Amino acid sequence: MTKKVKHPVFWTVFFSLVSLAYIFPILLVFLNSFKKKAYISREPFGIPMGKQFVGLDNYVNGIEKTDFFQAFGWTLFITVASVLVIILCCSMCAWYIMRVKNALTSGFYLLCLFSMVVPFQMVMFTLSKIVDMLQLNTPWGLIIVYLGYGAGLSVFIFSGFVKSIPLDIEEAAMIDGCTPIQTFFQVVLPIMKPTCVTVAILQAMWIWNDYLLPYLCLDIKKYKTISIAIQYLKGGYGSVDMGAMMGCLVLAIVPIIVFYLFCQKYIIEGVVSGAVKG
Amino acid sequence: MSKNIKKYFPIFMLPTLLAFVIGFLVPFIMGIWLSFCKFTTVTDAKFVGLSNYRQAIADPEFMHAFWYTTAFVIVTVIVINVAAFAIAYMLTKKINGSNIFRSVFFMPNLIGGIILGWVWQLLLNSILAIWGKTIVYSPTYGFIGMVLLLCWQQIGYMMVIYIAGLQNIPGDYIEAAKVDGANSRQMLWRIILPSMMPSITICSFLTITNGFKMFDQNLALTNGAPSKMSELLALNIFNTFYGRNGFEGVGQAKAVIFFIAVAVIAVIQNRLTTRKEVQA
Repeated sequence: MTKKVKHPVFWTVFFSLVSLAYIFPILLVFLNSFKKKAYISREPFGIPMGKQFVGLDNYVNGIEKTDFFQAFGWTLFITVASVLVIILCCSMCAWYIMRVKNALTSGFYLLCLFSMVVPFQMVMFTLSKIVDMLQLNTPWGLIIVYLGYGAGLSVFIFSGFVKSIPLDIEEAAMIDGCTPIQTFFQVVLPIMKPTCVTVAILQAMWIWNDYLLPYLCLDIKKYKTISIAIQYLKGGYGSVDMGAMMGCLVLAIVPIIVFYLFCQKYIIEGVVSGAVKG
Repeated sequence: MSKNIKKYFPIFMLPTLLAFVIGFLVPFIMGIWLSFCKFTTVTDAKFVGLSNYRQAIADPEFMHAFWYTTAFVIVTVIVINVAAFAIAYMLTKKINGSNIFRSVFFMPNLIGGIILGWVWQLLLNSILAIWGKTIVYSPTYGFIGMVLLLCWQQIGYMMVIYIAGLQNIPGDYIEAAKVDGANSRQMLWRIILPSMMPSITICSFLTITNGFKMFDQNLALTNGAPSKMSELLALNIFNTFYGRNGFEGVGQAKAVIFFIAVAVIAVIQNRLTTRKEVQA
């Protein structure tokens, strides 16, 4: 449905300007991360030169104050491990509930749909208490929490795809002597690869950026994620070291943008095919 | 075949089921039960009937947050969807650099709410400093700030979905309309919009629920200042739980009201827009 537009040059210029405005907030943070603390609030739009320029001081300061690399490591660990576990367990579960029809499986499917409209505030207090009780308040335990809380959407997306797989393929494999486990891993899972990518992207975007769930469930004296570490820069009395803050913000944003530049195609495709009706 | 698979329940279904029970089902059911109780930890709950709900509704801050959030959702849903659709509509035409523009508009979605909140706090405070004010000067400033932030973040996401929808409209429809002599406005209203209804259903569902659930951006941008007047519902509930001792039950009752409101609105919205969908 592509067709010519009137004044193509005008629109290119127009969207270029809008794009510039779009990345301006991030450029501003980048600019200010090289500025002396006092000048960030006094001259936020100035170029950091001369006495305003502090080199990498803000970064060093921010990394020290937040233990940034440790937070980065934990965030990476929690995200990657949770996403892998979610993909493995939810794809198996979705295949099972689509192939074995009984009260339990159809009830579970409906509960998965239901869980998607429940806001986190509804369960946050009780969830954090249960997590403490079961001693799941470590990054390893958090994987189980994410599997449980993320199961709704993932099972829903996987089931939608399983419905479209013709039964004949699986039956043929079973007649040839495959056990259900072999059938799943050698026949079904390879067909589901694109769906796995979709689920992985949606869940990774959510888990990487999640603030409240890890804040409430993790033992935050020992483990912090990036979002928690950044929010912690704000002291008890509302004072913020804006210099360190700018450094941390840039450090948090740059890896994501680099990742985005490489995996853009998959990310956008994942979002589109994940946009199933809730 | 089904019987053969059935034996494998412990391997295929049990792990997810257990995690789901721990991570969602038990907290949810306990949450409903606790909303009728007075408690500080889960173990000392005492049944008090509807008193938590009465206190929640009588709380002026909660009611303010309720209307503040409703206004916020209405504004953001309209702005995000109209802007995302318009941009998607233009970018599916032949414009130089449309792929780059698409990437730029989508980018903010990958950055977390807390980080975006601080980024925008810097930007908005820097601009407002020209008049000697800050973002927490009044709840209206906070409102506009959060609207700008959420639009900036989500327009790209919805745009991507709309672009996919526009590219899926069968070329025959457009050709047929052209042959019949439709002008571009008729084309938009009679052909394109009706065939886009599935995308519109999804995007309005996502924007409504995202607007209601917004928490991180609110926390980092204004944290409810001045005097809790820029609190959205999610933050108000959080502060009731963890800000005041002895109000856990009220917080849970607020959470149940919040959940019912979100669920009812999501169902109504889904019915309304699904009814307008046409079979392609």
